[in-house]
Amino acid sequence: MTILSPHEFYGDPAWLGFSGKALPEPSTAERPARPLTPRRLGPGGHLFGPALVLAIWELASLTGLLSPRLLAAPSTAVVTGYDLMVDGVLQQHFLASAERAYLGLAIGVALGLVLALVAGLTRLGEATIDGLVQIKRAIPTLALIPLAILWLGIGETMKIALIVTSVLVPVYINTHAALRGIDLRYVELARTVGLSRAQFIRRVALPGALPGFFTGLRLAVTMCWTALVVLEQINTTEGIGYLMNRARDYGQTDVIVVGLVVYAVLGLVSDSAVRWWERRTLAYRKVIGS
Amino acid sequence: MTLLRLETTEPVAPPVAVALDGLARGFGGRPILDGITLSIRAGEFVALIGRSGSGKSTLLRALARLDDDAERSGSLEVPAKSSVLFQDARLLPWARVLDNVMLGLRASDARTRALKLLADVGLAGREAAWPQTLSGGEKQRVALARSLAHAPELLLADEPFGALDALTRLRMHALLFQLIGKYKPTVLLVTHDVDEALTLADRVLVMEDGRIVLDRTVELPHPRRASDGRYENLRRSLLAALGVYA
Repeated sequence: MTILSPHEFYGDPAWLGFSGKALPEPSTAERPARPLTPRRLGPGGHLFGPALVLAIWELASLTGLLSPRLLAAPSTAVVTGYDLMVDGVLQQHFLASAERAYLGLAIGVALGLVLALVAGLTRLGEATIDGLVQIKRAIPTLALIPLAILWLGIGETMKIALIVTSVLVPVYINTHAALRGIDLRYVELARTVGLSRAQFIRRVALPGALPGFFTGLRLAVTMCWTALVVLEQINTTEGIGYLMNRARDYGQTDVIVVGLVVYAVLGLVSDSAVRWWERRTLAYRKVIGS
Repeated sequence: MTLLRLETTEPVAPPVAVALDGLARGFGGRPILDGITLSIRAGEFVALIGRSGSGKSTLLRALARLDDDAERSGSLEVPAKSSVLFQDARLLPWARVLDNVMLGLRASDARTRALKLLADVGLAGREAAWPQTLSGGEKQRVALARSLAHAPELLLADEPFGALDALTRLRMHALLFQLIGKYKPTVLLVTHDVDEALTLADRVLVMEDGRIVLDRTVELPHPRRASDGRYENLRRSLLAALGVYA
């Protein structure tokens, strides 16, 4: 029996371009296909939920269902916020908080990144650093406050140090995981094209770990503000956290709402800033879902 | 008494580029390569075919020195400058096409060289493209440009067209043949496609259970036609060695 080669089987070499009768036209669909996935949200579509809650909240306050002693109406909070801004009080507290948060963020992100690189790229680093960071990860930052006060006092140093330790964890964890997870095929490629270790780190390891770093950074920018609320109860007369705690003592729920809004806006703005930076830096990825 | 020295009229054979002697490799106590002795002359285009698990990829990885984790014995001599063309194009997704081709090039004319090779593979003008925007065939052409940019003495190709569609594969055969003719590296092409081997190679090796069971020279002129009787005979003997006619 002879096994035919493709050339013989198809006729040589016309099989490359098929000719012959055209296929019958596919019958046109009678009814539109029902999409299996929801259609995309238009711009601002995500604001529907918050707007709904806001409307219900305002309505409940207007009708007296919601006592201002428990929670001020959104409209009251807007007026209070405006007044605080006119007086310059809000800005003063905001700047004090922002300085702590972003100083802590900057140091923490840099430290987390350096630790992740050392642990991800050297064996000694992995052995030394990874276990320590994993232990730190298991301890809530707030549980470190008593020790931090004993060691660093009750001043700014202690507050910033605690922000640093809390933001370095997500940056470290995600960057380190991305470094460890670099496709071995690329490591093999780097060997076959003869990359030096420095070239490998620059061309392969760092760009490969960048998506992980950005994930960590997005967590870190919101985390640096979270730690502040508690830290600003300790020996300070400035900051959004201080403003809110004092308002609690005086029963000013409207000021508390203003503080919450400031946190929310900051969180959203920081997150979008990081995402914008991420999109620019990781332009090579076909971005899905954004 | 006079000693007559006879001048040979045959051309001097090119030097040996690859020499294996009793090369064996195993993983976890399981032998994969079972004492392979083989020599390949400089400029020779050798195709290595075999069924899955026959050890052909292991042999290629041994030549590429990508098998640190294997149990090894036997000797192995390969040129200092070798390149690997993988089945997946293996382009760095975060580097543009030109930077991918320039990866690992140290010479001062790296850029010029990379641009020239991109033109050779028909991708001039796509230097700034991201790999993800390329088709499968285009990616593999970038990979081919990258491997030749290093001016390798030995090109190791591990089923480089296995993931491409049939039509793209035929075009890649023509392109590879043309570029090998231009840059003249020694080639070891691992494939499971008998026709690919017979269309391109000067010599075909068949592997089975970690040994080379057939070593045939293909002395057919290019372009090779399957309708040629000699092609058909070679094809049959290769298929027989692969156990297809068993």
